[in-house]
Amino acid sequence: MDTMRDRFIEVTSGLLDEDPRLALVLADISAAGFQQAAGRHPDRLVNVGIREQLLIGAAAGLALTGMRPIAHTFASFLIERPFEQVKLDLNHQGVGAVLVSAAGSYDWPAGGRTHMSPGDVALLDTLPDWTVHVPGHPDEAERLLRHAVADGDRKVYVRLSAHQNEQAVKVEPGRFTVVREGARGAVVAVGPMLDAVLAATANLDVTVLYAATVRPFDGAALRAATQRRADVVLVEPYLAGTSANAAHEALADRPHRLLALGVPQAEHRQYGSIPEHLAAYGLDAHGLRERIDGFLK
Amino acid sequence: MTNRTRTTASGFGDLPGLMALMTGDEKHGPAATSTLDALWVLYDRVLRVTPETAQDQDRDRFLLSKGHGPMAYYAVLAAKGFLDPEVLPSFGAYDSPLGHHPDRLLVPGVEISSGSLGHGLPIGVGTALGLRAQGLHDPAVWVLLGDAEFDEGSNHEAVAFAGAYGLDRLHALVIDNSSATHGWRGGIAARFAAEGWSAETVDGRDHEALHAAYTAAHPDRPRVVVARVEPKNS
Repeated sequence: MDTMRDRFIEVTSGLLDEDPRLALVLADISAAGFQQAAGRHPDRLVNVGIREQLLIGAAAGLALTGMRPIAHTFASFLIERPFEQVKLDLNHQGVGAVLVSAAGSYDWPAGGRTHMSPGDVALLDTLPDWTVHVPGHPDEAERLLRHAVADGDRKVYVRLSAHQNEQAVKVEPGRFTVVREGARGAVVAVGPMLDAVLAATANLDVTVLYAATVRPFDGAALRAATQRRADVVLVEPYLAGTSANAAHEALADRPHRLLALGVPQAEHRQYGSIPEHLAAYGLDAHGLRERIDGFLK
Repeated sequence: MTNRTRTTASGFGDLPGLMALMTGDEKHGPAATSTLDALWVLYDRVLRVTPETAQDQDRDRFLLSKGHGPMAYYAVLAAKGFLDPEVLPSFGAYDSPLGHHPDRLLVPGVEISSGSLGHGLPIGVGTALGLRAQGLHDPAVWVLLGDAEFDEGSNHEAVAFAGAYGLDRLHALVIDNSSATHGWRGGIAARFAAEGWSAETVDGRDHEALHAAYTAAHPDRPRVVVARVEPKNS
């Protein structure tokens, strides 16, 4: 199976051929993959080098001239490092862009903290009007990326990961999908967390909602899934609790309980592999089952 | 009142009066007017943009990166008809379009919202790239920065890239009033020149020198004009 990042390169290269309004700005990351497309579109595929403030500023300038820019690098260097550019060059100027990240929270554990960005979605939550897609499979990444590029001049973040589910879900951008129905509460699995959530809840009488778009947060789907019992478990592949406020808002008019699982805030000074980190964070099937059982009983 | 202001506010000599509508004082120190001559010559004789063409895709674009102390900028915009001089006295008021840093969504003719330093030149790079990608090779992009603003590292990302990329429709105008805390040994122009820009330093109060520097040919390279004015703390 290809990775979401492979699919991003393939789909974006094709979109550059089809859509004269589209521009892609890179900061060295993935530049090798885009070499052919760069040859075909030297004016619309620009690699600024390892300059992430310029990456976002240039994307904003392109948008000011009426183009639809995509900016891409690792999440640490796309959202965290140039965050003021995201806030001022995009939001404050009133222009849109598609930001496509790779590496996410724990994709390269041996790379350590410098290449981990579990706080990216929480940071974007401090700004208005961001759509945030967190696909769990290359097919979903393709669908959400195409949707994002065609989504007018909106501000869209597409968070790609090397961690992915075995099978794609036929996601509708902006909506949660009911994967399994049950009576004793709802578990919301975000993107790459779905396989572990399904394994952890295999014999539990709970509804499993799948979220490949987390902003806007599909509160209506959560309300519908918690009609019988308003117990909610969030399982997110980034900072634990990132969507807790959104879930509370959706259920503000009824008593409810919430368990928000995700990547812990504390620095985890271990290297190793993705499965080792998921286990250490309690986000593998075993860890999830233990905590979900404790919460629901 | 409006008509009289509009008909008289057409020359450089009218700018202090327009600024006084914002500051309440006819006399302005060097800091408040550091950009005034450079802005006036640019808008009066160089930029191909008017209130009527301010939305045209092939207009020249002026990006005020140094958004602090925008009275001179607002005065020039008023003198050139982008702004009604009647709004100038509202400067900084709750419902005024005129903040102490400009907002492009509130002021006609303002290309970017600025205030935080070091954002204009990277946005200018993207603007020049966007125009080039659309086959618009005539419009010029001008970005005004200050010498202290040049401390911000984001500028240096843009200077190095624009020079290497040969973004020849990009122009930087640096107002140098010696306000950078640690100075720029060897001068600011040298930083741009080292990255392949066409660079010139002129007297920022000399209108003919400014005009000549603005209009000099610079094939295949971006251009910087450093306009030196009185030191801020002199």
